[in-house]
Amino acid sequence: MGATTESKTGQAAGFGGVEARSSAALNTTARIACKNLDFFYGTNKALKGINFDLPERQVTGMIGPSGCGKSTLLRVLNRMYSLYPGQRATGEVLMDGENIIADAMDMNALRAKIGMVFQKPTPFPMTIRENISFGIKLHEKLGKAELDERVEWALTRAAIWGEVKDRLDTNAMGLSGGQQQRLCIARTIAVRPDVILFDEPTSALDPISTLKIEELIDELKRDFTICIVTHNMQQAARCADQVAFFYLGELIEVSPAAQMFTAPRHPKTQEYITGRFG
Amino acid sequence: MPQDQLEHIVKSYDEQLKKLRELVVRMGGLAERQLADSATALTRRDTVLAGHIVARDPEIDALEREIEAFSIRLLALRQPVAQDLRFIVACLKVGHNLERIGDYARNAAKRTIVLASQPHVGSMNGFEWMARLVQQNLKDAIDALVNQDAAAAERVWAADEPVDEIYNGIFREMLTHMMEDPRNITAATHLLFIAKNFERIGDHATNIAETVHYAIAGDSLPDDRPKADGSSYAVVRPPAG
Repeated sequence: MGATTESKTGQAAGFGGVEARSSAALNTTARIACKNLDFFYGTNKALKGINFDLPERQVTGMIGPSGCGKSTLLRVLNRMYSLYPGQRATGEVLMDGENIIADAMDMNALRAKIGMVFQKPTPFPMTIRENISFGIKLHEKLGKAELDERVEWALTRAAIWGEVKDRLDTNAMGLSGGQQQRLCIARTIAVRPDVILFDEPTSALDPISTLKIEELIDELKRDFTICIVTHNMQQAARCADQVAFFYLGELIEVSPAAQMFTAPRHPKTQEYITGRFG
Repeated sequence: MPQDQLEHIVKSYDEQLKKLRELVVRMGGLAERQLADSATALTRRDTVLAGHIVARDPEIDALEREIEAFSIRLLALRQPVAQDLRFIVACLKVGHNLERIGDYARNAAKRTIVLASQPHVGSMNGFEWMARLVQQNLKDAIDALVNQDAAAAERVWAADEPVDEIYNGIFREMLTHMMEDPRNITAATHLLFIAKNFERIGDHATNIAETVHYAIAGDSLPDDRPKADGSSYAVVRPPAG
């Protein structure tokens, strides 16, 4: 099932408003394209024939019950699985004309292009400044002035600069959970990736910190292609342009968020999002 | 929800949706009865029954407020999506339509009280027939919501043409009576308004059908509904000489 380009609900006379983020606004240029992607944990097939695009500079939300394959797909997109023996992917994941799951792929270059933010904030036990500059130094040689500039840029884009600018050289572990998560986002964008993967980025945060992250995601999509895995369906509804529903390793439906949450096309999607799951 | 649908994991949610549906059904039943009674009061020139209709209208208004408050509560507390969202929003809209239907029935009843003191003008057959058709459409539209039957909703939506045709007939008939004898004007004008009230009730029934169709199927019926109400353009020539 590919990304849909139609929105029936958009025509719903008298039910205005659902079209705010409908397909009409969807950029359909794929930044990453999965083609017939299978994934195996040993002999266990965790993803089955996934055909799926991440449209450029759009937020793609991935939802589904635990074990449905959505986190696995994230792990495939940045080749995290390659760190583990017995895990393998077949098919194609195309980015800039390259198959990123091919053995020949340069992992360091890939991870500079595709950043990831995890469920729990994972600041390094070092200063705020060092947390940001650490990744930059791995990929680029910048002078001090340039480096400082990049650190400020990243912290500003992650909407945390104002809160930390006077204590850049204090330990990052002293920040609140929400601040730590925004620091991790700053660390991710500091290396200027094309794609940012979010794996349940707010499940450990309070509602206000959650909204700040969501606002940030909305802001970041102007420059980055974003994929967010979330168990919070309202979050997917709020953040995502298109939403993908996974079940038992299969991609059941991809629809614009407005359609997904007003009139999903697949009965299984409807059962899941309305809380009627068997 | 009807029997073939899966239940929510949270049972109290199902119970709340069931309660909302029951409120709409109760309101729909009441609106049907108001319409039927207003037609009966008109044809029998029964001012007592007409008085009952007027007195019962606040009951419909109260039900609308209850449906609205309960729907808003569900929206806030359950954050419904997909079919549940469509159903709740549909109930809100149907409640509003039924309230208007109640108002039209009440208005017809009020005019019936005035008509009782006026001479007979024309035949009541058209009114009876029109009220019966409209009442059937209203009933079918509410039943479609209860039975989650999109096809039935679509049939109601497309079934308003005969109502419009009867209305056109009454319109021309009343104009003719007025031209024949100016003493008919008071009664004929009230009757025209009553016919218009019934016709409007028919339109609200098709609105309900449209809303119900969206709630069930998730897509909308086309903009152009079959219509036959040409009275807006009607001209009746005065008798020659």
